Amino acid sequence: MNRRLLRTASAFVATLLVATACTSDSKPDKIVLLTHDSFALSEGTLEAFTEKTGVTVSVHTARDAGTMLNQAILTLDNPIADVIYGIDNAFLSRAIDAGLFIPYTAEAIDTVDPLLRVPGDIVTPINFGDVCVNYDIEGLDTLGIPAPQTLEDLLDPTYDGLLAVQDPATSSPGLAFLLATIVAFPEGTDYDWRAYWTDLFANGVVVTSDWSEAYYTRFTRAGGGQPLVVSYASSPPAEVFFGELSQAPTGVMTQGCFRQIEYAGILKGTEHESAARQLIDFLLSQSVQEDIPLNMFVYPANRDAALPEVFTLFATLPENPAVMAPDTIRENRERWIREWTAIARS
Amino acid sequence: MDSNRSLIGRSPFGGAGTAAVVAVPALFLAYFFLYPVATITYRGLTTDGRFNPAVLGDILSDPTLQGVAAFTLWQAVISTVLTVLAGLPAAWIFARFDFPGKSLMRAATLVPFVLPTLVVGTAFLALIGPRGVTGVDLTGTLAIIVIAHVFYNYAIVVRGVGTYWERIDPSLEEAARSLGASRTQAFRTITLPLLRPAIASTSALVFLFSFTSFGVILLLGDIHHSTIEVEIWRQTTAYLRLDIASTLAVMQLIGVGLILMLYGRYQMRTTVQFSHRASLPPRPANRHERTAVWSILGISGALVGLPLGILIARSMMQPQGGIGFANYLNLFRLTAKSGAFVHPVEAIVNSLSFAVIAAVIGVTIGVLASAGLSYARPRVARTFDLLVMLPLGTSAVTIGFGFLVALDWPVDLRTSLILIPIAHALVAIPFVVRTISPSMGSVQHHLREAAATLGATPAKAWWTIDLRLVSRSILVGGAFAFAISMGEFGATSFITRPDTPTIPIAIFRLLGHPGSTPFGAAVALSVLLMFITGIAVLIIDSLRRPTAGEL
Repeated sequence: MNRRLLRTASAFVATLLVATACTSDSKPDKIVLLTHDSFALSEGTLEAFTEKTGVTVSVHTARDAGTMLNQAILTLDNPIADVIYGIDNAFLSRAIDAGLFIPYTAEAIDTVDPLLRVPGDIVTPINFGDVCVNYDIEGLDTLGIPAPQTLEDLLDPTYDGLLAVQDPATSSPGLAFLLATIVAFPEGTDYDWRAYWTDLFANGVVVTSDWSEAYYTRFTRAGGGQPLVVSYASSPPAEVFFGELSQAPTGVMTQGCFRQIEYAGILKGTEHESAARQLIDFLLSQSVQEDIPLNMFVYPANRDAALPEVFTLFATLPENPAVMAPDTIRENRERWIREWTAIARS
Repeated sequence: MDSNRSLIGRSPFGGAGTAAVVAVPALFLAYFFLYPVATITYRGLTTDGRFNPAVLGDILSDPTLQGVAAFTLWQAVISTVLTVLAGLPAAWIFARFDFPGKSLMRAATLVPFVLPTLVVGTAFLALIGPRGVTGVDLTGTLAIIVIAHVFYNYAIVVRGVGTYWERIDPSLEEAARSLGASRTQAFRTITLPLLRPAIASTSALVFLFSFTSFGVILLLGDIHHSTIEVEIWRQTTAYLRLDIASTLAVMQLIGVGLILMLYGRYQMRTTVQFSHRASLPPRPANRHERTAVWSILGISGALVGLPLGILIARSMMQPQGGIGFANYLNLFRLTAKSGAFVHPVEAIVNSLSFAVIAAVIGVTIGVLASAGLSYARPRVARTFDLLVMLPLGTSAVTIGFGFLVALDWPVDLRTSLILIPIAHALVAIPFVVRTISPSMGSVQHHLREAAATLGATPAKAWWTIDLRLVSRSILVGGAFAFAISMGEFGATSFITRPDTPTIPIAIFRLLGHPGSTPFGAAVALSVLLMFITGIAVLIIDSLRRPTAGEL
């Protein structure tokens, strides 16, 4: 009840703000959406926004989420875009600290799992996905060994030299997997993540600089030597979808996963705040949310959005993926990566 | 030879004219290179307008970063020496002999230039990786990095030195031989000294490319092998430490600057005059020559051709098994299935448009810069030469972010599409200048004077004499500029761009999704990129046939 009241009140305030802002916030022809190279929607999706509002969306892409965030911070005084989409929980606190956003509570925010939301609705969750160890079913069969079930299993001599991970300093799934191990083996315990990684390196873990290198040069499915690779829980349905297969060639180890959440936010300094709000609402609307899975291979944040068949049939959503508060990540990320690098180089 | 030195390198435009010729490329480089790079480094090095020296101490005392600096220099030196050694024999046969398939092979040498590292990497790993067919696993070693650098930079030596070499009169060497010198002696005492400017020029390019190597190091190196360039990127994206990244970028620039200055001093002394010949080289005349030509071609073919051949073969291996064109057809099918992928035609059109614009900008600025270099006073020329070369030694992150923080004045260009061909041109200009200026410096002054006595204005004389004489070099430079733009994925990937994906970006997106279908399509698109570049280079090369008026 209270919440509804709050929402009504905030909607009222918002209307007021829009009304006052409208004098300077004349309706633009075009707004700019800054995002990363993995952003994709079906053709015609963004055009629907234009039909509804009369505003064209110009999509500007950066090479990856880290580059995009740097670009937004560097242009804080004179922003190059109105809305930013694709900042994940590993970078979120840094972005908030830099004062990038104008908070906004999206119309459809109640359809979103409260766990994904950010206090004050500084940014709006749009999608999420889980980073998990994937295995090549045929590759393990050839070796005659079972799929690993837990992070501890990966230390077993059975899996000596069979796992490929990405460098957390250069790769976002690599960082997510490191965070998963930090949640599983917390600091201050007898056997912490540093001990775990020391053992993992002793068990011959292979490190690549990014996801593509791991999946396309190391993974046994690509002719490499490792049947285990850090990838996404949604990789098996993607394999099925792109390859038009009848069953998934890969499986997911559902323990030791890390949940990545991607957010959209209105950039401070925009001259088109009301159109920017409309765009955030649009991104969280059911039509866009249902378009997300087959274009970006992540899950929609809006729980009302129906999932495509390939997801319901072939995707495993891990039950208890590791989550970590953005503040904790911000405070420790640099130190963790440095310590990890020291272990890797020793 | 000394008596001729006063006759070459004199400006045809007079003092004011030379200043005007230098001004255009100087302003271009000042606005699109110096200003952005200075702005971003200032931002990185200062907090609230104050320089923070602590960062420098952190870096200098970090043993990892010291190791990175040493490795960067070391691998660049080895890569340069080996690329020059591997390229010279091929430059020789391309300059001195005619053989079937020559223009095709010449064009093919440029193809590696445009290929994405991951795609080339898979071909290398198929040969010398953990499960390579040769049985030798070189992953994570210096060797595989150096081999990849030779593969990528081979064309710079073959084409750069080769073009220069074919214009050295072979009768000089023949004269020496008729006086009793052996082939080796004649080469060492006659040809090699004449070639020195071109060798110095091209090795500087190879060095800079290897020194700032990024993709090759990320893919084929391991966590123990990192370059300053990779470290700048790591500090920026992983730690968001612009201060450390900027300090490293400045250190990289200073290092590159010092090396270029040393080399500049050396090069200034080596410009020599030679006759311009345009007769077609002969077929190999005897068994010795035939053996030499074909064995060098065989080695070059293995070096460049084998990885390319593997890629072509892979592109024909269908995801569902069998041989065919499924990977090529999948490029279209995948686009229809998911918005994650780029329509191949769109990518090709975008790439070609950018490449043509970049080549035009690169050649225009490059020719003017070369003229400036040839005719300006030595001290000015040396500084200017440094400015022209520096973009090649600057980290892509620095240039990309520099555009972003600086180019909103006087007009906001930060998200303009024109920045993409301009970023490509910045990388291409040093190539254009390096291929043109050794030839331009050698144009004999009396030719122009003859034109002047016939009533031509200095500018007209320069246009008809000098430009005609170096037209081949201009085309070689233009081909480089075009190829660089087709394949460039460094600075451009750090520019925020309106969604206009090029072929390398389309390949990058395919490689970002799991499955043998996207991977196969990525290889197919790489092969298309290879052929499109090859054909374009063939066309550019074919323009260099000697015309009747050429001397």
